[in-house]
Amino acid sequence: MKKRVQHYTPVNYAKNNTLKIITFIFLVILYLPIINLIMFSFNDSKRNIVWRGFTSKYYEKLFENEMLFLAFSNSMTIAITSTIISTFLGITTAIALWKFNFYLKKYYDVALLFPIIIPEICMGISMLVFFNYINWPNFQLWPFTLSSIIIAHVSFIFPFVAIIIRARLSMLNNEILEAGQDLGASKYQVIRKIIIPFMSPALVASALLAFTLSLDDFVVTFFTSGPNSVTLPVKIYSMVRFGISPEINAISTLLILIIIICTYFAIRFLSKSNREFMK
Amino acid sequence: MSYGQKVDIIDIDYSWSFINYARATDGVYFITLFKSVIISLITTFLCLLIAIPVAFYISFSSVRVKSILLVSILLPLWTNLLIRTYSLIALLRTKGHINNALENLWESANYLLSFFRLANHNFIGESFTPLSLMHNNFSVIFGLIYIYVPFMIIPIYLVLEKIDRNILEASYDLGANHKITFFKIIMPNISVGITSGIILVFIPCLGSFIIPELLGGADSQMIGNIIERQFKSANDWPFGSALSFILIYITIIILGVRYVYSKLYSRLYQRGVS
Amino acid sequence: MTEKKTTIELKKLNKKFGDIIAVNDVSLKISENDFFTILGPSGCGKSTILRLIAGLEVQDSGAVIINNKDSSFVQANERPVNMVFQSYALFPHLSVRDNIEFGLKLKKISNIDIKIRVEEILELVKMNGYDFKLPSELSGGQKQRVALARAIVNKPKIVLLDEPLSALDANLRMEMQQELVNIQRNLKMTFMLVTHDQDEALSISSKIAIMENGKIIETNTATNMYEYPSKKFSAEFLGRINIIEGASSLIDNRMLFNSDTFGKINLERDIKLPKDGVLGIRPEKIIIETGLNKHKNRVSMNGTITNWTYYGDVSYITIELKNKSKVYINVQNIHRNSLQELNIGKKLFASFDINDLIILEK
Repeated sequence: MKKRVQHYTPVNYAKNNTLKIITFIFLVILYLPIINLIMFSFNDSKRNIVWRGFTSKYYEKLFENEMLFLAFSNSMTIAITSTIISTFLGITTAIALWKFNFYLKKYYDVALLFPIIIPEICMGISMLVFFNYINWPNFQLWPFTLSSIIIAHVSFIFPFVAIIIRARLSMLNNEILEAGQDLGASKYQVIRKIIIPFMSPALVASALLAFTLSLDDFVVTFFTSGPNSVTLPVKIYSMVRFGISPEINAISTLLILIIIICTYFAIRFLSKSNREFMK
Repeated sequence: MSYGQKVDIIDIDYSWSFINYARATDGVYFITLFKSVIISLITTFLCLLIAIPVAFYISFSSVRVKSILLVSILLPLWTNLLIRTYSLIALLRTKGHINNALENLWESANYLLSFFRLANHNFIGESFTPLSLMHNNFSVIFGLIYIYVPFMIIPIYLVLEKIDRNILEASYDLGANHKITFFKIIMPNISVGITSGIILVFIPCLGSFIIPELLGGADSQMIGNIIERQFKSANDWPFGSALSFILIYITIIILGVRYVYSKLYSRLYQRGVS
Repeated sequence: MTEKKTTIELKKLNKKFGDIIAVNDVSLKISENDFFTILGPSGCGKSTILRLIAGLEVQDSGAVIINNKDSSFVQANERPVNMVFQSYALFPHLSVRDNIEFGLKLKKISNIDIKIRVEEILELVKMNGYDFKLPSELSGGQKQRVALARAIVNKPKIVLLDEPLSALDANLRMEMQQELVNIQRNLKMTFMLVTHDQDEALSISSKIAIMENGKIIETNTATNMYEYPSKKFSAEFLGRINIIEGASSLIDNRMLFNSDTFGKINLERDIKLPKDGVLGIRPEKIIIETGLNKHKNRVSMNGTITNWTYYGDVSYITIELKNKSKVYINVQNIHRNSLQELNIGKKLFASFDINDLIILEK
């Protein structure tokens, strides 16, 4: 009689070797290019193929490059400003959608998702066309040169913020607010002492998300930026078109680092807010 | 604006005209549009093939392994699209790491053969010819998969997570093997996640222009590249707008189909409840 | 009486999950047509035994023998057993009929036969007319019936039921218990149930095994398990009991038990109490009397009522004896006016027959 020895529970696919190997290969391929990129930013060779020893000279060079520094400060200014504006807009939108019922609310919900789902390039060119159509003045004075990019960023980032905060608010049921009022809190106090503290983890998370989205964005910025408003990704793009160089690796590594740090904190705050709810 | 006409380089006459839409359907543009759809479909399909086993493995791992895997799949999503595409160039180009590794492999194989005095027989070719991995359709599809596969994994993982494990056990218990359980029990229950994944991969693929721009060659241009050129170099804004509106219409149609599908689906599920 | 055929035999089965021993050296025999119940507190490993039989878990050591065939390493889908899951585990995308047909279709049975059998089973579980409903449209009790139908339609050697009634409300549970017994008797199938509900175990099973911490404490028929348990744990887990501690001695081949509560009890039985053994008496075996009963077979006591809980049909009374020990008594509320006599603080006499005493091993 043939005996098939089964060493694991039938539905425990975690112990299935085929799945294990596929996942492993997948992760290797996913990370290999990025690790390679980071590694070769420290490589002491222009050719970028063979490892010739450690150097930080490309990073030093970055700090001397004025154009890059300008692009970086542009990116940071845009990211910070659009984070503030889109967080504010996101909160108000979320509260409005959560608390009030109004005409065509259902369609507003869908409209909110629209900038997220349509191809980025369409978002980018519609912004470009929009600014052109309303004859948005071509500012020469910094930071007004960045105004069109900021508006473009806010318009695709604030839906993300609104969705995250709304998800958080939907966990807060009406009984909690009523309990607050029952215990003697005024409407203003309910907002200050219950809604805002309850929202805050999601608020921090979505602000960090907004920051990364803005800092990271290339496509929308690419179409709305002019010669006076070059951001870091746009600058990288113009460098990439001339081929591979260790400088690009170095600047990319820095950008990855900033974004990983922001994301780490965003995830921490978001999971903290979810854990609280689970308790 | 997509209904407008280009009068000269700067001025645009806002008139209602379908000429630009008509132009999109002729010759080279239509072929590019068609090709973009095909490339996106291939990418979506391959993403699905990769995503299902990976999502399966994540979903069945222990809590600790699961969170590590999830973060490692999400992390690249937060890394700049441009940088990730750029990072692929170093690997794929003719003198990149993959060809470099293959060349080393060839040399050591040749060295090994020379031990057996077989090197002269040219079993593995006279000299190493690098694979052309860049500036072709392969590199574009590879790049698209590389960038967008997490968007397929996550929704599939989320629905897999919701499936009651007892259902799978019940299926085995009733005599089904792994294959039957997969196609008859698991697939119908993750179809919602699969459709979300398909949409999340297909739409951005169709509109992508950085990946074909950086990784593609002359014959692997996608509709995104043409749109970009209308705005950045050809300066035919109305035509570019028309093309990009075609993309938006495709998006809306896809979402509409899905909406109707999900309505039917939920009606099927709630039938007879009164 | 002829020996019944053994359907399932477990031999020294062991299963660990990490550091937790779920199943510890379990050996069991389940005969044909038995309604076998494993009763135990939650987390004692009783569900794991079912899953080991079904092949959904693999044992660390030991053997599962189904119909005299060693099936220890046969895959779940090839074992002639079917399970009813606690969560029902109905396939949410399939209708009631498709759910029930699922197993049959895999067995290469002709479509007509499948149709006939599904029709029969639907009739049996009183779900005819619900063929094309989806599980999400059914109530808890209906899902339960479908889950049962899906298992028994395959005519397995044994139907494994993993706390199938725990999600139902009290009345529906009683109804389903009765139906389970009827179905099992009509079909002459072997059922194996796992539960933590003592009433359920007593009312529906022909045999009960009591389990604690991965070990089977005791196996017996349902009535014997209640009336003649041999282990203190099983006596306490199945029903309520007064435990009488003390020491025994054998005089003229008769056991004399020197109890802490009732003084000397002459057991009139020629058995010696096992090492650290105790006696037990069920609360309903103690009768309230008007005075001290001097009969030689009866043990009498008098005490004060310290607690009285009213359940409608019965009352649970706790009395405190002079030596401060407490005795539980169950009283049938035969007359409405008899209730007034059972006030807290009231003194009363009670007695029980020494033949009703249970000898228990710790």
